[in-house]
Amino acid sequence: MSLVADAKVAKQMKIATGYYRLYLAAPEIAETARPGQFLHVRCSHTLDPLLRRPVSIHAVDREKGEVILFYRVAGRGTALLSENKRGDKISLLGPLGHGFSIPKRHARVFVVAGGIGIAPLYFLLQEMAAFGIKAEVFLGAATKKQLFFDKEIENFGHRVISSTDDGSAGYHGTVTDLFEEYVQKADKSGDVIRRNNDAGVYGCGPYGMLKRLSEIIITAGISGEVSLEERMGCGVGACLSCACRTRGGENGVRYRRTCVEGPVFPAEEVVWE
Amino acid sequence: MSGAIDNRSIEIRPNLSVNVGGILMKNPVTTASGTFGFGPEYTPYLDLNRLGAIVVKGITLLPRDGNPTPRLAETPAGILNSIGLQNPGVDRFILEALPFLANYDLPVIVNIAGDTADDYALLAEKLSRAPGVAGLEVNISCPNVKKGGMQFGSDPSMAAEVTRAVKASTDLPVIIKLSPNVTSIIAVAEKVAEAGADALSMINTLLGMAIDIKKRRPVLGNVLGGLSGPAIKPVGVRAVWQVYREVKLPIIGMGGITTAEDAIEFILAGATAVAVGTANFINPRATMDVLEGIENYLNENGIEDINELIGLAQKA
Repeated sequence: MSLVADAKVAKQMKIATGYYRLYLAAPEIAETARPGQFLHVRCSHTLDPLLRRPVSIHAVDREKGEVILFYRVAGRGTALLSENKRGDKISLLGPLGHGFSIPKRHARVFVVAGGIGIAPLYFLLQEMAAFGIKAEVFLGAATKKQLFFDKEIENFGHRVISSTDDGSAGYHGTVTDLFEEYVQKADKSGDVIRRNNDAGVYGCGPYGMLKRLSEIIITAGISGEVSLEERMGCGVGACLSCACRTRGGENGVRYRRTCVEGPVFPAEEVVWE
Repeated sequence: MSGAIDNRSIEIRPNLSVNVGGILMKNPVTTASGTFGFGPEYTPYLDLNRLGAIVVKGITLLPRDGNPTPRLAETPAGILNSIGLQNPGVDRFILEALPFLANYDLPVIVNIAGDTADDYALLAEKLSRAPGVAGLEVNISCPNVKKGGMQFGSDPSMAAEVTRAVKASTDLPVIIKLSPNVTSIIAVAEKVAEAGADALSMINTLLGMAIDIKKRRPVLGNVLGGLSGPAIKPVGVRAVWQVYREVKLPIIGMGGITTAEDAIEFILAGATAVAVGTANFINPRATMDVLEGIENYLNENGIEDINELIGLAQKA
């Protein structure tokens, strides 16, 4: 199959101020994409802005042959993307990157999302539901208005526990604090999460949140995967712009390419700043 | 349509092959170093056999980790990069990357970078012994490394010294990649020509920077970076134009080439071949689009040989 496609916009929906869901007719991508992978999206039809934007795959609808993106308007590229209407064509490259591993059927799965970080995790939750795997989802946002898709995720059969930084909904605090408290409480009640080989954590969100999440899960002795964001050039592994600091190499740090070896990395392999 | 035209419509495919200082290319389209990896990155998108040549990512004697991130900043119709020559080192390149390229009918041009003239000489020696290298592109113009790099390229006599050191260490064609960050690119080109260069590549990136006004600090981890992309095309065309008039060496023209029209501009200014760089990041098939567009241009204008086009604007 070709990894370059001009996809027609099936629809675009504004979810909240600055947040959009974009439905693209791309049957091949919908068929082959795996959770955690991304599309490299051309946002303009001119030379400015020049580069594509990496946008994680949010969901697929294989029956309709659609791939769905959920993104936040963060700059000129995504602002242009948000102007697309039904029938407009968008150049896509993908699916690209190394995604999440799908957990074992009997695994205890924890999904921790910070803000827009829910975008790729939603696809993972969609796929897990199809495999009959139920997850505990920790959904965090700055405020209630940015807490997205909790009902949809519950309808997949997962359990959602939410938090907001300002306390406008759910737990008052960060999603990582919420998750850490949850693990501690489980300890006291005799629910074994710590050092449970069959437990796994999947995280996506801002850099600081993922750093904290990694500390928590490494301390708890459970395995986890995090999806990182980095400025990208080519998206295919050639330009070496999206270097991520990982363990390895002679001095303990080895740059790996977020676009090819990532964007999902095992939490213990990332060397945080 | 008259019968006379019908009789002439037997299609003659124009000659696209060019000779860059002893490197025979089946067409004039190659890749700018650092924008095409070592080749395998782009095999899902195009048949490498269709390229005139491949210029691979810059290689140093020892492996390099590269610069801290962010390494990339987008600017109007361009990008700033400060990758910092991240590469596996020449030995691993020869062992791990070259054998893959041997599967293709494709001249492999290896871009080399060093801190001293001796580094360049040693790199040239090692690569000359490796099978499957068609030529060397000597990077004396990288703006993203502390030592060597652009220092060599901005001083005509140092540029000549590196050229002589490489020439003395190899029988391969030697292409010197020139920096636009100089007062007179002609002066540097003349000196490296005297020193025995077989061809010139121009231009490398323009030194630049960007500042994040929210964080109030430079965008790039390494502060300064190299500007590339469509924004720099006029600078590239100008450099080729100036050097073609004064120095009788074949030129690989580059700098923002995104379309066939861009490539033809460089050829008309005096480039024998053209390299597609930043455009590969936006369109992984950009080299093929450029190649097909050049062929169409020759057909539409009844030009039988691409070589007729080289420097033609100079004669206007």
